Amino acid sequence: MVKATRKPLAEIFGVVKGFPRVLVVGCGGCTSVCLAGGQRETIEMADDLKHLARGEHSASQYEVITTERQCNPEHLAEIADLAENADCLLSMACGAGAGLLADAYPKLPVFPALDTLFVGVDVDVGLYEERCRTCGECRLGDTGGICPVTRCSKGSVNGPCGGTRADGTCELGAGRHCAWHDIYDRLKGQNRLANMLIIRPAMEWVDKGPRTLAQRGYEQRYAQPAVEAARK
Amino acid sequence: MKSCSNLEKVLTAGAFAVTAELGPPTGTDLEVVNRKAELLRGAVDAVNVTDNQTAVVRMSSVAVSALLVRMGIEPVMQMVCRDRNRIAMQSDILGASALGVRNLTCLSGDHQDFGNQKGAKKVYDIDSTQLLVMVKRMRDERKLLGSDEDFAGNLPMYIGAAANPFAKPYEFRALQLGKKIEAGADYVQTQCIFDVPMFAAFMKSVRELGLHTKCRILAGVTPLKSAGMGRYMAENVPGILIPKEILDRMGSAPKGKGAETGLAICVEIIEQLRQIEGVAGIHIMAIEWEQKVRQIVEAAKLLPRPVV
Repeated sequence: MVKATRKPLAEIFGVVKGFPRVLVVGCGGCTSVCLAGGQRETIEMADDLKHLARGEHSASQYEVITTERQCNPEHLAEIADLAENADCLLSMACGAGAGLLADAYPKLPVFPALDTLFVGVDVDVGLYEERCRTCGECRLGDTGGICPVTRCSKGSVNGPCGGTRADGTCELGAGRHCAWHDIYDRLKGQNRLANMLIIRPAMEWVDKGPRTLAQRGYEQRYAQPAVEAARK
Repeated sequence: MKSCSNLEKVLTAGAFAVTAELGPPTGTDLEVVNRKAELLRGAVDAVNVTDNQTAVVRMSSVAVSALLVRMGIEPVMQMVCRDRNRIAMQSDILGASALGVRNLTCLSGDHQDFGNQKGAKKVYDIDSTQLLVMVKRMRDERKLLGSDEDFAGNLPMYIGAAANPFAKPYEFRALQLGKKIEAGADYVQTQCIFDVPMFAAFMKSVRELGLHTKCRILAGVTPLKSAGMGRYMAENVPGILIPKEILDRMGSAPKGKGAETGLAICVEIIEQLRQIEGVAGIHIMAIEWEQKVRQIVEAAKLLPRPVV
């Protein structure tokens, strides 16, 4: 899932403090799971902002609502009444959710409370690791499930660079594993080392502007004119 | 002949080749380039021009390579994948060829986190193996990546890669060299060698795979200036192994004799490397110490350089 972390409180307060009524909008999706923007964190955020506001003798009001997911317009429509009485919205969702919130309420300034970091996994409670760069050309089957695009700090898809350390970590240090060292070990264990000898061609990066996905089975429904119509 | 470069001619003639590294200046002072180039003139067969090594911004390797061509000194242009996408790389390769560059060493590049532009967006659009494939295609088929159309003109280029026998997984490194040769490497320049037995073991694997007959292997060496430099490299530079005996020998050198000891060790290593079957030459990486290269080459009895 998407992993995110809270911006510095002073920075957030700096952008919202001029507004008399601030609505802090939490998200029950990914940012809730990674303990950055769920109901608990959203209440905490409002409390923190109220505390800072009191310190500045500000009369600003901080309301709280947590949507089921901010990346879905239907869930955003549910907060219309609250949004109507706000002067700005503070989103506790990922960048996608914050952006959709801004689309849903185009007259209101929307500020992100979080920095969206990566698509990752839970290593432990509160500890997350990046595992996917959403490159659109998944090669995990060739590399024993370890993504070189994401996990190699140079994104090499043809083997390690010359910087792997004696303990099998990346030249960048800080305990980061060398992805290719790990791939080597895993493929060797599966007796599939021959995979590493195949020259992988240059990636076809999907970097042609914002991507849209009509899921299998929905292609007809969202043929281009329909998508245009839905957007209007 | 693929490029008719001096380096290719020397290696094809079966002579033991010598290349050395020249680090471009961090500003616009051409005197730095002239001085370093003159130090290397006649002492080596070709001069590697590094491409923003350690991710510190320097004068571009294309520009400095072209300056060397003007001076009548043959450059080996280094190109890293860190800073340019395939459009810029192919464009620079065409441009470098037009300016007279005939040797190109293809590298990943040190990560930007090591340099003075830590906030830079890394590129790595293609990796160093894919860069080899791309240049080979440009040279042999006169085609750009992903295009079936021929471009006009020749691209005579001797194509090189890097190899590091001292980085894990060790047992994969000879296989990886084979992969780079298949991708297009005519020659390879290795990471600097201090542990000769370990390098010899790597070369044994290389010979067993028959790679030494398909690609010219230039063994990398670096002279140590001091015991401190040795310790620093051993502890901090990833992918470099310096045996304890060498560190001890540097450490026990009398005061003021550190550099002399480092140069002597370097010459001894070169002599040992020459005895290893499949080593076609050496590549001297004298870091900001270009003035010692001629002395090393001379002490290793590799002067004068062959005229081919």
